[in-house]
Amino acid sequence: MSPQLAVTLIVFAPLAGALVAGLFGRLIGHRVAQIVTTGLLFVACALAWVTFRQVFGGAWPHAFTVTLAPFIHVGRFVSDWSIRIDSLSAVMLVVVTSVSALVHLYSWGYMRTDPHRARFFAYLSLFTFAMLALVTAADFMQLFFGWEGVGLASYLLIGFWYEKPTANAAAIKAFVVNRVGDAGFALGIMTVFWAFGSIRFADVFPLVASHADLAWRFGSAQFRLMDLACVLLFIGAMGKSAQFLLHTWLPDAMEGPTPVSALIHAATMVTAGVYMVCLLSPMFEAAPVAKGVVTVVGAITCLFAATIGLAQNDIKRVIAYSTCSQLGYMFFAAGIGAYPAAMFHLFTHAFFKALLFLGAGSVIEAMHHEQDMRHMGALWNKTPITYVVMLLGTLAITGVGIPGLDLGFAGFYSKDAIINAAYVASATQGTAMFAFICGVVAAGLTSFYSWRLIFMTFHGHAKWGAHEAHGHDAHADHGAHGHGAHTPHESPWVMILPLILLSVGAVFAGGVFDESFVGGDRAGFWGSALSATTSGTLLDQIHHLPQWVVLAPLAVTAVGFFAAWYYYIAREGLAARIAARRGLLWAFLYNKWYFDELYDAVFVRGAKALGDLFWKGGDKKLIDGLGPDGVSEVSYAVGRGVSRVQTGYVYHYAFVMLLGVAGLVSYALWAFR
Amino acid sequence: MTPVHLAALAAPQLLLAGASLVLLVVGAFRPKAIRLVAGLGVLSLLAAVGVVAIEPLGRAFGGDLVADQGAAFAEAVIYLASAAAILLGQPWFARRGQARFEFPILILIAALGMGMMCRAADLISLFVAIELQSLSLYILAAFEKSDGKSAEAGLKYFVLGALSTGIMLYGVSLIYGFAGGTSFARIAAAVAHGASGGVLFGLVFLICGLAFKVSAAPFHMWTPDVYEGAPTPVVGFFAGAPKLAAMVLLARVLTESFGPALAQWRQILVVMAILSVAVGALAGLRQSNLKRLWAYSSIASIGYALIGLAAGGPEGVQAMLVYMTLYVVDVTGFFACLAALAREGRPLESFADVSGLVRQRPGLAVAMTVFALSGLGLPPFSGLWGKFYVFKAAISAGLAPAAVAALIGSVVAAYYYLRLVKVMWLDAPEGQIDAPPAEAAGLAYAAAFFVFPVVLIALMALDPAARAAALALVQG
Repeated sequence: MSPQLAVTLIVFAPLAGALVAGLFGRLIGHRVAQIVTTGLLFVACALAWVTFRQVFGGAWPHAFTVTLAPFIHVGRFVSDWSIRIDSLSAVMLVVVTSVSALVHLYSWGYMRTDPHRARFFAYLSLFTFAMLALVTAADFMQLFFGWEGVGLASYLLIGFWYEKPTANAAAIKAFVVNRVGDAGFALGIMTVFWAFGSIRFADVFPLVASHADLAWRFGSAQFRLMDLACVLLFIGAMGKSAQFLLHTWLPDAMEGPTPVSALIHAATMVTAGVYMVCLLSPMFEAAPVAKGVVTVVGAITCLFAATIGLAQNDIKRVIAYSTCSQLGYMFFAAGIGAYPAAMFHLFTHAFFKALLFLGAGSVIEAMHHEQDMRHMGALWNKTPITYVVMLLGTLAITGVGIPGLDLGFAGFYSKDAIINAAYVASATQGTAMFAFICGVVAAGLTSFYSWRLIFMTFHGHAKWGAHEAHGHDAHADHGAHGHGAHTPHESPWVMILPLILLSVGAVFAGGVFDESFVGGDRAGFWGSALSATTSGTLLDQIHHLPQWVVLAPLAVTAVGFFAAWYYYIAREGLAARIAARRGLLWAFLYNKWYFDELYDAVFVRGAKALGDLFWKGGDKKLIDGLGPDGVSEVSYAVGRGVSRVQTGYVYHYAFVMLLGVAGLVSYALWAFR
Repeated sequence: MTPVHLAALAAPQLLLAGASLVLLVVGAFRPKAIRLVAGLGVLSLLAAVGVVAIEPLGRAFGGDLVADQGAAFAEAVIYLASAAAILLGQPWFARRGQARFEFPILILIAALGMGMMCRAADLISLFVAIELQSLSLYILAAFEKSDGKSAEAGLKYFVLGALSTGIMLYGVSLIYGFAGGTSFARIAAAVAHGASGGVLFGLVFLICGLAFKVSAAPFHMWTPDVYEGAPTPVVGFFAGAPKLAAMVLLARVLTESFGPALAQWRQILVVMAILSVAVGALAGLRQSNLKRLWAYSSIASIGYALIGLAAGGPEGVQAMLVYMTLYVVDVTGFFACLAALAREGRPLESFADVSGLVRQRPGLAVAMTVFALSGLGLPPFSGLWGKFYVFKAAISAGLAPAAVAALIGSVVAAYYYLRLVKVMWLDAPEGQIDAPPAEAAGLAYAAAFFVFPVVLIALMALDPAARAAALALVQG
């Protein structure tokens, strides 16, 4: 099979599945729709691994582009539908298709009683297609197409249970918040076109050096176009990847079915922002201000989301904030210039985060759609496989490993690479030290909330069964599921199998690919796909660090573990009592730093007030009042006046005629002077 | 000039005069032969159209009567409209037990008067022609003697018409006094080297008198009352042919004898035109009676025609002629629709009457919609093309502000045209509607078919014909 055909099949197989399941779902039934979409996804996944092997094995060209069809050709603005394959997109192809295929399979079990399964699978496949279009884009236009396509699929899937008002609200929130980011993204693309006269990556990147100092004068201010473009593009990434200030939609997006959370809101779509920054690394390298912004925003997010994760009780929300926090790591890694480390963490994170989400789904399934961890506990022997894989996922995310032997779970390699690189970079970049501190602290917090999740869910006393009143945000997750026996049970094999496969990734993805992604082989691995200007020096030096820097992440992780053990095992109930006191710090964290309230007050109500002002004051009173309504009012009144003159009396008519004669004659005398 | 030659130059008039006399005799001896009289009346009108087409051109009776393309063009339209009036009116009166043989004869005599108006080249013949036409119309307005409203309409029309005649006569006498003659050529000679104040004063009075005939504001007051009271087919006739005749007469007077004073009379016309458009648009907003509404619509239409005329020159006169011709078809068709619609013998005259019409009489509802949209000036209906000619002429004559004002008027008027469409298409129908009489429905459909799409082809012939007519009128 030629490389071109293979990659075309990878991208379009999910689209075909989406079309079949979406358009003919009723006709062919749920079962066939499931088989078709999942089958096509596995085909795409197999081809993606083949592509990965061949590209890195050297059998195929290391980078090539398949041009499929013209998209927009207007003047100098040229965009084609195309598939760009290089190291970066090859990695993403593997991540996206693997997780997507496993999530498809997992959904067979998780969604088995849902009456709209065909629609669900159609959306999943549609999402996968859009994501693949995004990662294989050869120009900004297709990148934007994929960007919006995944946004659409995300919206549809968050609101999949459309009878639920909360799901609808969450879907709308996700869409609207992403609009803010997308506005920045679109402006960024326009800036790129303005500066370079092209939107094709292949045209733009070589020109970066010569255009680096282009500036835009606005009033007395001057903006470097590279910084401007990159900051604007990063605003788009902030929206899609739920970074600080634009993060509010991600926790709410957990209203969607759990497989969706795993695929879209953990492993793939939310990492699109990171992917974009890495993809555009040649541009970011020429934009120091933008890099600083990325670093700071990433670092803040990484710490801030972790603090919120400490106090949440909904199992999925904890993982959602964890995702947010891990994305922060990736961003500050990209911000300091360690693009390979960012991509490495993206890669490993996809496995262990999808694993955690799907494991959580399995727990939720076992608990009959209970999501509140306060009503769980002691599940480890009821759902042993789920317990083990969750444990592996937690070890991976907390980055457990032995520094000396260089042996550990996936997160150990990728997260430590990021933290170490930040330390190295702090010698030259001011913001990197801030990122380093945030990263280390966040690592401790990550350990605490991850173990807290494990302890609350699987250990301690069973808090289920005793009372019937499991929270009814519960149904939450599943409309049509009947209530069977209330004993927790292990999930069916279609759900377990993906968990096992993902846990393999969570354990080994780090160790196996460490050398290629960030180690000595990285130059050959990445080729020209990532800018090596800064990352080269950074990653060369991470193995020559002070001992305390190397040990710091592990130490805080241990502290986090013991703290969690103390609060939730040794002194079980202590945490609940702290929560019951409703202290200031607890409330601040539990209410997510009050961001929703702040945005509601400022933007939602502010926008409404502004809208009311323009609507009632501006449009209705001013424009309508003086415009259409006023004019029609006046016309009508004049019409009534004219009609009133129409009395029906001949002498009135004659009088008007004589007035007319007199008036016209007077006018004539005046006009003809 | 031999008598034969003279007769040839006045052939249509002689034909119509003879026909009306003969028919009068026929009617007097055979009062029941109304259909025969009507049929012969229609035939003589059609014959007159034929004669108009082939007669020689020239001036007769010492220049009092002129036969040129201008007259021929207008007369052809007028005679056809008159024939349509007979076709529409005779069965209408018959259905109401009011059939009398005088109706076709009165139309013939009015047509004779209108034909003369088109040919008048002297103040005396102008006056005689107008009066011949007006007196016939007064009688026609009151033709439904048993109906109080019809009688009222006739009386009002007559009294106010007499007043307007007085005003016009005063103007005529002033012009005669200051110009020293009654023929247009003579007046032209007097005005050639700058018009004296007295002549212009007389001209304003003359224009006022003619403005009454075309119901231009502020001499429009009679129109709604007369249209509401007069029998529907008669209104259809009133609203069309006589106005075209009066406009042609006005064009001839103004361009032939007062051509050098264009700058002066243009101002009077523009004032009247804008007033007419405004009154027609605004007062129409509150009408509930369709005949009254169309009275206002016709007032507004005359405003547009006056703008065309005010533009002056061949282009302006051509615009006026095209506009008026299309307008005559439009208005005749609309009143044919109204004549076709009745509920248990009672004609449908108000908005409420035609509500939901499309569900009972879809054909007529579509036709009325076409006429309403054409009146509004919506593409691709004929009204648009008329307005197009007018605005084009106005803009090239530097009257863009007047064109804009007229355009604003037509936006306001859109309300009532669209309201009619909305009432017919969207509101609930009420009560059974009588089967429409064939002749009225046929005429309505034919007119609607002309308004769109035939007009697109017809314009190809209409455009050069109107241009030739306009050239003849302007150059004298």
